Amino acid sequence: MNKKPEKTPMREQDITERIKNFSEVPLGYSEQEAHREAERCLQCSHKPCESGCPVEVPIPDFIAALRDGNYEKAARAMLKKNYLPAICGRVCPQAEQCEARCVLGKQHEPVAIGRLERFLGDWIMEQEEDFRESPLNPEKNKDTAFRAAVVGSGPAGLTCAAELAAFGCRVTIFEAFHEAGGVLKYGIPEFRLPGEVVSREVEAIAGQGVEIKTNCIIGKTLTIDELFDQDFDTVFIGSGAGLPRFLNIPGENLAGVYTANEFLTRINLMKAFKFPEYKTPVRLGNRVAVVGGGNVAMDAARSAKRLDTEKVYLIYRRTEEYMPARREEIEHAREEGIEFMVLNSPRRIIGKEGQVRAVECIEMELGEEDDSGRPRPVPKPGSEWTLEIDNVIVAIGQTPNPLLAQNTPDLKTEEWGGIKVDDRLETTRSGVFAGGDAVTGTATVIQAMGAGKKAAQSMIEYMKNS
Amino acid sequence: MNEIKRKKSLAPGVTLLEIEAPLIADKARPGNFLILRVNEKGERIPLTIADYDRQAGTITIIFQEVGYTTKLLGSLNEGESLMDVAGPLGSHLEIKGYEKVVCVGGGSGVALLYPEVKAFSRQDSEVITITGARTRNLVILEEELRELSERLYVCTDDGTLGHEGFVTDVLQDILNEEQDIDLVVAIGPVVMMQAVAEMTEKKRIKTIVSLNSLMVDGTGMCGGCRVTVDGEVKFTCIDGPSFDAHKVDFDELSNRLSYYRDYEEMLADEDYKAGDSDE
Ligand SMILES: Cc1cc2nc3c(=O)[nH]c(=O)nc-3n(C[C@H](O)[C@H](O)[C@H](O)COP(=O)(O)OP(=O)(O)OC[C@H]3O[C@@H](n4cnc5c(N)ncnc54)[C@H](O)[C@@H]3O)c2cc1C
Ligand SMILES: Cc1cc2nc3c(=O)[nH]c(=O)nc-3n(C[C@H](O)[C@H](O)[C@H](O)COP(=O)(O)OP(=O)(O)OC[C@H]3O[C@@H](n4cnc5c(N)ncnc54)[C@H](O)[C@@H]3O)c2cc1C
Ligand code: SF4
Ligand code: SF4
Ligand code: FES
Repeated sequence: MNKKPEKTPMREQDITERIKNFSEVPLGYSEQEAHREAERCLQCSHKPCESGCPVEVPIPDFIAALRDGNYEKAARAMLKKNYLPAICGRVCPQAEQCEARCVLGKQHEPVAIGRLERFLGDWIMEQEEDFRESPLNPEKNKDTAFRAAVVGSGPAGLTCAAELAAFGCRVTIFEAFHEAGGVLKYGIPEFRLPGEVVSREVEAIAGQGVEIKTNCIIGKTLTIDELFDQDFDTVFIGSGAGLPRFLNIPGENLAGVYTANEFLTRINLMKAFKFPEYKTPVRLGNRVAVVGGGNVAMDAARSAKRLDTEKVYLIYRRTEEYMPARREEIEHAREEGIEFMVLNSPRRIIGKEGQVRAVECIEMELGEEDDSGRPRPVPKPGSEWTLEIDNVIVAIGQTPNPLLAQNTPDLKTEEWGGIKVDDRLETTRSGVFAGGDAVTGTATVIQAMGAGKKAAQSMIEYMKNS
Repeated sequence: MNEIKRKKSLAPGVTLLEIEAPLIADKARPGNFLILRVNEKGERIPLTIADYDRQAGTITIIFQEVGYTTKLLGSLNEGESLMDVAGPLGSHLEIKGYEKVVCVGGGSGVALLYPEVKAFSRQDSEVITITGARTRNLVILEEELRELSERLYVCTDDGTLGHEGFVTDVLQDILNEEQDIDLVVAIGPVVMMQAVAEMTEKKRIKTIVSLNSLMVDGTGMCGGCRVTVDGEVKFTCIDGPSFDAHKVDFDELSNRLSYYRDYEEMLADEDYKAGDSDE
């Protein structure tokens, strides 16, 4: 056997080509490559990798099945724990989760768990057969007569719904937008996570007997009270963290300043990159500054690069090693020619005739550790400088959208907006549970999924006992 | 899918559609709006809920065909359906406690004014309505508004109907002569709302404007609809669309509104049905 110290590389779209299109950058493993990578796994009996996965994907088991060419077995093992493998394989921060615990990683590169998961997820999508446990399908009829409502169709809501359906509960998801998927659909761009992949995994969950009602804003179109009136026994809130944060500096409302949410929604959900075929445009000048250092900032910068711009700058107040984005995305951004302006913070946005012309920055240096365990950036007095640009995209984070809590009596939130829950993820309102970004603030897809799953278990207990 | 139950042309380029949307009809209140998308490739556009019939489960929109999407919408017929309709959005208007109200509407703003005039008149407020249009055949909702209002003044820029000149001329006369006005409501082009705000501020009369910011989601997620009100950032879709006219930064609003004008014009030149053929 030929075990290499490095991960089996994944082919990628050529840099010069990919900055002109929105197609996926990493191209996925072939069967051969997947097989080769699966063989690197040592099948450790104590399974350290599994403990790094918030939904406890049976990692050695699915990898062994892949290695043996038994894809069906791999699929069944995966889908018992993770309903969205093609998505997670692409966007999980594996380097900090499962792969961080892989024993191979001590001396060599860890097993490429994420890439294998993606391979398997893609294989599953191509099959006719449904490898999921579908208790609501007529043959296995296990209908419990329980009914649950799920607010929001992001990874938290989808996972909660799938888990409840697997138990035999009838589930309806209510989604504010016209399409299901949450951030997976409106935030994360095509070149990282094709909308088609999201749609297919969402459809698979719908196929479990989960009903999805789009264009329904809970708190506006229907209230939580009305859901209970409609005979739902319990409600899960997975409404995410959609409220954009601002820099609160002068000039932020000039025309040409976008929040990352607006910019990415125009591009992903509304397909502005296909304007005028699709009717929602996104306007950018030649020079664009993105502010932030997380996944959202990388996605915004790389999207801007693909929209016929000359320069895309990334302004971040700490250094690159403290950027919260996935390493792979930072690498990709750099390769694609995004210019990193680290240790800088915008002071004001300068306009002319109401439109952005420049941004004034101040240089920062790293000071003592702050609450986040990272060094606090401290402005250097007198170091202001000006960068001429046409657009600013603010990507410095989101907090939970207050709309639902404001319209729901008894649903208490933390001061910063997160929905209050106990350790079973029940909110201050009996029978109403919550999880994902709506509770934690922006986290990760897999953490949201973990929360959806945990809430589903609590909801099942709740329904059985009431 | 939301079926169109009734279609009526109110004036050239101004159309009324009654649409099936029972959940929205159930919740709608004056001042609310909705977001719709005609088809798969279409834009999400905000339109005021001009009327609602809870019994029939329908809502009414009245819109002016100004660009691609509103023209496409105007080309639909009874029995056809809209792909997406979401709402009701925005905070509703507080209509209680005003004895004498002046409602001022300009252009397609008149359509937005209608539900508010109706709401005030149902509250037994004395409503004086002033509407403005460029020319006679663009005057809309004249009959309907006359019925609901104590007095109706129609203005046309070219004098082909009613008063020759702007709505602000008539408003100025009323403000000069009548001292007992509790509230002014103004909906229309930014310049009109700004002019009204300046006039009423001098007289210290409470004034509400309904802003037509560019929107994407309408639920407080994108921040695209932000405006500065009393020095604070507000989202039109959540905190509005109605705001205290004396506190709105209108210059900022018109800058932000003009940012997409080139794209709007680009689409306006396109045959508005072309995009549908492959759907
Ligand atoms: C641009 C971007 C890139 C990211 N990249 C990564 C990445 O690479 N890896 C990673 O792990 N994480 C990433 N994240 C974070 C990750 O996407 C989120 O942590 C995750 O999506 C949270 O899931 P959720 O289900 O809690 O909420 P969301 O995905 O936000 O979904 C919430 C859903 O609820 C709907 N909703 C809200 N309010 C209502 C209401 N009142 N009624 C009905 N529906 C409502 C919303 O429309 C939305 O569809 C990224 C986030 C962004 C924005
Ligand atoms: C809360 C809210 C409620 C609304 N309610 C109604 C309503 O009830 N009825 C109604 O007719 N409209 C209403 N509007 C306005 C409506 O949303 C727009 O007219 C519509 O989005 C235009 O889309 P379009 O694609 O047809 O035109 P676009 O392509 O967007 O624009 C077409 C043309 O109109 C011009 N234009 C666009 N916007 C404006 C503007 N704000 N002021 C001046 N000129 C402009 C452009 O220069 C362009 O030439 C409302 C807007 C908001 C925010
Ligand atoms: S779901 Fe994410 S964390 Fe879990 S095994 Fe898969 S890639 Fe790793
Ligand atoms: S720790 Fe690494 S080598 Fe061991 S079973 Fe998990 S993936 Fe395989
Ligand atoms: S339209 Fe997006 S926040 Fe108001």
